[in-house]
Amino acid sequence: DDSTTITIETSVPFTGHNCEPPSRSIDTTPKELMTFFTDMALMRRMEIAADSLYKSKLIRGFCHLYDGQEAVSIGMEAAITKKDCIITAYRDHCIFLGRGGTLLESFAELMGRQAGCSRGKGGSMHFYKKDACFFGGHGIVGAQVPLGCGLAFAQKYRKEDHVTFTMYGDGAANQGQLFEALNMAALWDLPAILVCENNHYGMGTAEWRAAKSPAYYKRGDYVPGLKVDGMDAFAVKQACKFAKEHALKNGPIILEMDTYRYHGHSMSDPGSTYRTRDEISGVRQERDPIERIRKLILAHDIANEKELKDIEKLARKEVDEAIAKAKESPMPDEPELFTNVYRKGYGVESFGADRKELRATLP
Amino acid sequence: KEMTVRDALNSALDEEMAADPNVFIMGEEVGEYQGAYKISKGLLDKYGPERVVDTPITEAGFAGIGVGSAYHGLRPVIEFMTFNFSMQAIDHIINSAAKSNYMSAGQINVPIVFRGPNGPAAGVGAQHSQCYGAWYGSVPGLKVLVPYSSEDARGLLKAAIRDPDPVVFLENELLYGESFPISAEALDSSFCLPIGKAKIEREGTDITITAFSKMVGYALKAAEILEKEGISAEIINLRSIRPLDRATINASVRKTNRLVTVEEGFPQHGVGAEICASVVEDSFAYLDAPVERIAGADVPTPYAANLERSAFPQIEDIVRAAKRVCYRSVPMAATA
Repeated sequence: DDSTTITIETSVPFTGHNCEPPSRSIDTTPKELMTFFTDMALMRRMEIAADSLYKSKLIRGFCHLYDGQEAVSIGMEAAITKKDCIITAYRDHCIFLGRGGTLLESFAELMGRQAGCSRGKGGSMHFYKKDACFFGGHGIVGAQVPLGCGLAFAQKYRKEDHVTFTMYGDGAANQGQLFEALNMAALWDLPAILVCENNHYGMGTAEWRAAKSPAYYKRGDYVPGLKVDGMDAFAVKQACKFAKEHALKNGPIILEMDTYRYHGHSMSDPGSTYRTRDEISGVRQERDPIERIRKLILAHDIANEKELKDIEKLARKEVDEAIAKAKESPMPDEPELFTNVYRKGYGVESFGADRKELRATLP
Repeated sequence: KEMTVRDALNSALDEEMAADPNVFIMGEEVGEYQGAYKISKGLLDKYGPERVVDTPITEAGFAGIGVGSAYHGLRPVIEFMTFNFSMQAIDHIINSAAKSNYMSAGQINVPIVFRGPNGPAAGVGAQHSQCYGAWYGSVPGLKVLVPYSSEDARGLLKAAIRDPDPVVFLENELLYGESFPISAEALDSSFCLPIGKAKIEREGTDITITAFSKMVGYALKAAEILEKEGISAEIINLRSIRPLDRATINASVRKTNRLVTVEEGFPQHGVGAEICASVVEDSFAYLDAPVERIAGADVPTPYAANLERSAFPQIEDIVRAAKRVCYRSVPMAATA
């Protein structure tokens, strides 16, 4: 039965800062376990495929992959609604997928095609889905944290019962504007949850080389924090549920998600000069978020090895089909160069490189 | 009837807050202190601390919070105590506000106003005396408005708040206390000026002078002096630096065949440089003389009164340049 309650324990206990951490024990169902597995398998496959597309030069510029960190998105989504806001940095493909974005919109955006979620105008770092309260997709390290507190400001201003999850990495955790925004969020009790995805490297700089205190959940000082195993989707879910309740009642809280990225920082980084191959393979063997769910499913006899392999095969097929469709989608029409500069362009003239040759009236 | 620029801005804010509950003001000292320059005076009492939000001295933080709230449907008016402090927050103005609508292909528009005093004040030294017109004017996705009179202040601020895109609204501290005649029409709460349209403040036939903000007043005074010498100057109050009203500027130059640009900003890559380029591109054949620029000196602003005076355009600079362009005075180099 899909709705049987199964009680499981999170991998490790939560560690609290200025707050009483939630219980390690969490109820789930076979259905949820299968959903977690399926969704994470799809994310993993999407990122692996993006890696190949990048290497075959179908994706340009920057491309930051999320494989390894899937449990953060999956667990967070399981605890919240689409009226709660999410904003993140440039490692945004899977966050978009988690919010209900499609594979086609993702791959088409990565390849700069019309069918992309930003019609090919944003690129890898600028995915958005406003109808599901996903506000990007931001390329400037740390800038999304005040923006996220602004989303929370709007929620409180309108007296909504929704919260904002504003995500940043351990690299961004040292940015000054994070502390500015956190101060105001705490002063004004904004329903803002700062989610520090600590994958332990800001580009190639290990956390201890950039942060005097890498205990990011404590860095809010007067703001409570919780350290969470970000490789355990259920721990993430439990923490996000706890944080949402806290934020609606008491204002901001920091969740430090202890996670890991298998890929390098971006496609130009092999990810091997500043960390050892043993470290990476060790995490894969011992902490992989998908394997953790696989083991739970097998242990509770919810599905067998073959059925899970079939789900992974199906993910591969869905991804391949989406890529094929994305490739069929045309590049943006040339006039798109001048659209969306403004919501209201007043019919003003705008110019191309050779203004005598190329100019347009802004709609 | 007359009204100060300060009251014009204050009444525009008041009316727009009354008309739309999503409009709120945020910044340093906007509430209990009643505004560092009293632009938000009385609004805290009227609208409460939820809509008149005092912030700590953290420009990057509150500019970002403002932009985020605009992503989610509010209409923030962010006050910078002066635009010099907006440098702390320029990333949010440019990367977070100006580019979001484009990057999201129209999903995320950003109805926000960044406002405050801009340009040189009096005796406050280099870090507090600078015009940001050219800086923000160079960024696609932003709209940059520069009021001169009380009518400008009311009509443009109301337009800025109602606009669905990010607007940088550059005021001038030295104009806040100045009174201007104001029409009944401009006092109506529905009054609004079009964004991107310059205003011909004074018609003329011999030379076009463009100016914005405080320099419009200087240009008008220069025009009076020039008139006594038989030169009829047409004064264009730009009102909007982006979009720039190239049509009005070029039409005027095609009529007068001569142009002097006036601004307090640094000369290099300035607003005058852009206007000059526009006229060269579109109306070169109509020019009877080289275009001249009057601008702030190419130095950080000095403190000493005499040096400060020399660092910024004076009325006599405008008069001199206009006469040169009209071939009514001999260039200095030629007399040397």
